[in-house]
Amino acid sequence: MTLLLNIAVDGLAYGMILFMIAVGLSVTMGLMRVVNLAHGGFALIGGALAHWLGTEAGLPFGLVLPGAVAGTILIAMPLERLVYRRIYGFGELQQVLATIGLTFLMIASVNLWQGSSLLAITLPEGLNRSVDLGFRQLTAHRALVIGVGALIILGLWVLLDRTRFGIRLRAAVDNRETASALGIDTGRIYMLTFALGAGLAALGGILGAELLPIDAYYPLRYMVLFLIVVAIGGLGSILGSFVAALAIGLIETASRYLVPDMATITFFVLVILFLALRPRGLMGRAGA
Amino acid sequence: MNRRLLSLLLILLAGGAAYLLFPYNLAFLTRILIMIVLVLSLDLILGLAGIATLGQAAMYGAGAYAAGLFAIHVWADPVAGLLAGALAGAALAALSGAVLMRTQGLTLIMLTIAVAQICAEIANRARAVTGGADGLRGIRPGKVLGLWEFDFIGITGYWYAFAVMALVLLALAVIARSPFGLSLRGIHESPERMVAIGVSVYRRRLAAYTMGGAVAGTAGALSAQITQLVSLEAFSFTLSAEALIMLILGGTGRLYGAVLGTVIFMAVHHLAAANDPFNWLFVIGALVLAVVFFLPRGLIVLPTGLKRLAKGGRHAGS
Amino acid sequence: MQGLEVRGLSKRFGGLVVSEDIDFDLPPGARKALIGPNGAGKSTFANLVTGILAPTGGTIRFDGQDIAGLDEAQRVKRGIAKTFQITTLFSGLTVRENLRLPVLERRGRGGGLFRRADGDPAIETEVEALLAQFDLLPFADRPVVDLAYGQQRLVEMALTLALKPRVLILDEPAAGVPSSETHLIIEAIERLPGDLAVLVIEHDMDLVFRVARSIVVLVQGRILTEGTPGEIATNAQVRELYLGGAHG
Repeated sequence: MTLLLNIAVDGLAYGMILFMIAVGLSVTMGLMRVVNLAHGGFALIGGALAHWLGTEAGLPFGLVLPGAVAGTILIAMPLERLVYRRIYGFGELQQVLATIGLTFLMIASVNLWQGSSLLAITLPEGLNRSVDLGFRQLTAHRALVIGVGALIILGLWVLLDRTRFGIRLRAAVDNRETASALGIDTGRIYMLTFALGAGLAALGGILGAELLPIDAYYPLRYMVLFLIVVAIGGLGSILGSFVAALAIGLIETASRYLVPDMATITFFVLVILFLALRPRGLMGRAGA
Repeated sequence: MNRRLLSLLLILLAGGAAYLLFPYNLAFLTRILIMIVLVLSLDLILGLAGIATLGQAAMYGAGAYAAGLFAIHVWADPVAGLLAGALAGAALAALSGAVLMRTQGLTLIMLTIAVAQICAEIANRARAVTGGADGLRGIRPGKVLGLWEFDFIGITGYWYAFAVMALVLLALAVIARSPFGLSLRGIHESPERMVAIGVSVYRRRLAAYTMGGAVAGTAGALSAQITQLVSLEAFSFTLSAEALIMLILGGTGRLYGAVLGTVIFMAVHHLAAANDPFNWLFVIGALVLAVVFFLPRGLIVLPTGLKRLAKGGRHAGS
Repeated sequence: MQGLEVRGLSKRFGGLVVSEDIDFDLPPGARKALIGPNGAGKSTFANLVTGILAPTGGTIRFDGQDIAGLDEAQRVKRGIAKTFQITTLFSGLTVRENLRLPVLERRGRGGGLFRRADGDPAIETEVEALLAQFDLLPFADRPVVDLAYGQQRLVEMALTLALKPRVLILDEPAAGVPSSETHLIIEAIERLPGDLAVLVIEHDMDLVFRVARSIVVLVQGRILTEGTPGEIATNAQVRELYLGGAHG
């Protein structure tokens, strides 16, 4: 019983991290139809900024977190304008290549700036304290991760369901041509969505550094993991990404507890079987 | 003169010239030859059949480990080892392809990466057999065809790799012109229409993927025999990505584009990466973006593009 | 009987009836046209016959055998072929290669690895004959994408004919073709083999009256009437419903 609860709590925290990083990827891939292998790079940039702001500039975590997320967004917006906007119309292969090129440039830049070693993110004392759950101790940090993840899915739901921006975004995801024919400025929506996705990736990268440690090769190491969340959730589906991220978090955590030697293999085999049976993922739309 | 004979002569000439011009860089030249074989395998799968993959290293690695283990435990004969590598590559491609070829687009690309990662994980876990992260050591290939021993300077290695590369190139040229090759191009152009003329697109694609796997396995086997070492890097994403970049750089679907792209990429790599691998990432990142934006069909279109431009043709540079 | 025999064919999408109780025969050598206003269910009918859609009622027999259980590819093998309305040709391949592909596949040689694709004289003779039949010889070695639209439609017909069908359904063969090139399509249809059963679905009335010996009028999923071009041209109901209003 304790084992199951342990898996549930750790899997939930891990799943929330995956969700934060991957949700932006899912929306941009569903909306812009662009295969973006460089998305993990934004989590890396967020992590590197947080490392620098925390250890070298000596700012408190309360400023580090928003500062690093804002910094990542400031880098992502011109990138969308300069690179991504040009490749939306390209074929899949060209997009793959362009975003691999971008990933390599991100890795090299972070290395040039911060070196290739592990980039630790200093957490405040309070977050390292433990909370007693009765059956186990949980660090405040993990509790925060779960809380923030829950807030984000709620926030995204409100944003998409209750705001004008959300209605326009959904219209653009459903049918780009119709949306622009209706006078919706799709270019602006693209950039805002891209920035939001990059910001969330940075947030996830910083909060998840304990589970997915940050170093220059981060975007390549976890590329498949993030893509798997998107593919299983279904392109463009926020709820799908959420369910997929939590499921993957739980399954991977469970296999680490239960079959530690075969965890990675078990995980991949399950993923491949699932995608072979449901190539469009949990909530993928037909004809996407 | 017969065109095929002419190209064969040109290849032989290039091989001889490289040998004479760079006698102290034979190891590097051999490395280029091995990469050409890998990139050719990708040209069959991607260039002809249009199957987008970022996991060709899976079959390369399978071939490398198979050839290495075969040499250590079964028989040191290099040619037999090559066959073992090709078989391993084909088997892995057939097995994974049975699932992968049912998917397409992003899912396909992602699953090809995943297959290579699974292989790396298996090789890492099976320390007792593969040496894990230390790599597979102690490969001592015998004499090639019982005549030529692998020497320290790498002369035998160079000509052995050269011969294999030339044979693979020749075989792929035959396949590209065959009805099977034509049907792969048809699938690339319009899979719906291939179904309408009564073809099982799935089976054709699987056959192509398996053949590509055999060729990639051959490349891996060559590498294992000549460097006498197999490391987990054989399965790495970077290897798959670099092979893809070389192919796109040269131009897809025409085989000699794969040769050209590999030679140029490896030469740039040799010059740029000598001191710092991270600087190399700057170069390769910029290179890839430049190719995608300015030369989407690769270097091989340059001559025709220029010719058409000179003539004022309407398809120049398209 | 020989040829295609459709009885009581119906198709519903939810509550929407798109084909209702259609009886239709297409014996060898027939030259029939299917006309009707937009949304009459012409394409649906073609898709039911070729197996792209499954009917909700009725029977389809070919040479006396029920073919309802066969999918699209199996019906192609039996000899029922349809041209595509939207071009899905192999646009990067040459015209000759476009025609070589179906001939190779029909003869079961499409998987060959060691011979050259153009190395079989019997296949090449057949390809050349098709090129000649559709006046495509001057463009034989050009990529299809470089051809004028009318010629692409000819390649489309030649490619489908390369499957040696016994029933050929031409789905809007002149769609998108400028009127100056329509005569190419008409001449090509007139030169089709005499024993082939041909059904043309088309909006262009000049073409329909030139090539059809019998015309079927479809309205709201039902057959309104069937007759010779002369009968249809003078039929008051047809004039009222179709030729009068919609066409002019």
